Amino acid sequence: MNTTAQVLEKNRNRILELWMQNQLSEASLRDDLMTSEELQRQSQDMLDALLRAISKENYGNIYAQEFEQVTDTLRDISITRARQGFSPRETGAYVLSLKKALSEILVEERAEDPTTLYKELIAINNLLDNLSIVTFETFIKGREEVILRQTDEISEISTPVIRVWDGILALPIIGTLDSARTQIVMENLLQEIVNTGSNIAILDISGVPAVDSLVAQHLIKTVSATRLMGAECIISGIRAEIAQTIVHLGIDLSNIKTKASLASALQLAFSMTNLEVRRSEKKLGLNFSR
Amino acid sequence: MERIPILKMGPFLLVTIQVDLYDRLALNLENDLISMVSQTGARGVLIDISAVSIVDSFMGRILGNIASMSRIMDAETVVVGMQPAVAITLVELGLTLQGVYTALNVEKGMELLNKKLGSDLAQDEDEEDDQDDRDE
Repeated sequence: MNTTAQVLEKNRNRILELWMQNQLSEASLRDDLMTSEELQRQSQDMLDALLRAISKENYGNIYAQEFEQVTDTLRDISITRARQGFSPRETGAYVLSLKKALSEILVEERAEDPTTLYKELIAINNLLDNLSIVTFETFIKGREEVILRQTDEISEISTPVIRVWDGILALPIIGTLDSARTQIVMENLLQEIVNTGSNIAILDISGVPAVDSLVAQHLIKTVSATRLMGAECIISGIRAEIAQTIVHLGIDLSNIKTKASLASALQLAFSMTNLEVRRSEKKLGLNFSR
Repeated sequence: MERIPILKMGPFLLVTIQVDLYDRLALNLENDLISMVSQTGARGVLIDISAVSIVDSFMGRILGNIASMSRIMDAETVVVGMQPAVAITLVELGLTLQGVYTALNVEKGMELLNKKLGSDLAQDEDEEDDQDDRDE
């Protein structure tokens, strides 16, 4: 009697045909991201590698040497798809539709021998399940790399220090404050204080979505460092819900100057530097005199 | 032995630290400074650390000590010109130098001391200087 591997090898072309059929019939197929020729070639490579590996009669351990090429190919495909923007469903369907094709062939071939069919189906199922786990692991890793790269980009562009008046700096913080970001914010702010010789720095946190005890800790650190440099720090843009969280968490901000809006912080900064903003009395007939 | 010079400017003492402080030097500075405060009856101490690039917890403690001691002897302490890296290090060490006044540079530090003392004389002189500038 033929082994499973031999049966599958004999039906290689039919499996590929079935698999392609399954993939193409999948409603979520993205022919905008990949042509069907490319898909065909990819599937062919994958099936060749798999059949070669199966011929060693090992269905249990996909980390064995003979499966190296299969998992490598699978990882490649998976990571490329993650970068190209395929959804998890599409990537999963790729492997799972192969399982369907293999099962169909086996059912046809072993119609008269249910006991063997049963064993073979379980083995093939296990194998393909393991392979789909590999696919997913890689897919998610690929996605995480994308996210990591974006995070880096965001932190690079996100901390401008603005000189709003002679001796007054403003620093709008947008997005979550974590330790790494606080470090960058603090360094930028302190360096700018030295460069401009400013007395007052306004830290505007209206773009910070949530303040927990850790974020508050970071804010307090920044304020202390500014004070050590010899400048005053005002925190502005504290929204109602943030004020509530801060009080509920029991964080003490009483020795830090806080204001609800950037405008009132600027006003405070003006009064601290003995500046005054007044409405000027426009002279009537100014236009005529020209 | 190496010492850090302490200059007397009117009612204030001026210390400029231009080398990296090691522990013995810092202790000597603390001693010298406090005895100078008691000898001269100074009303303010201005410490310029703009040239200091390395700081540790000991140095932070010495600065705090000098401030506390001076306050007991009725003199205010202003630390000026701290480098950003030094400020970050001190904050990370948990030393926020409570009770020490800070300023960006010596000029602003002197201004602050004058204001703290409410020294009318110094202010009058400043205003006269301003007047002179304008006249020119």
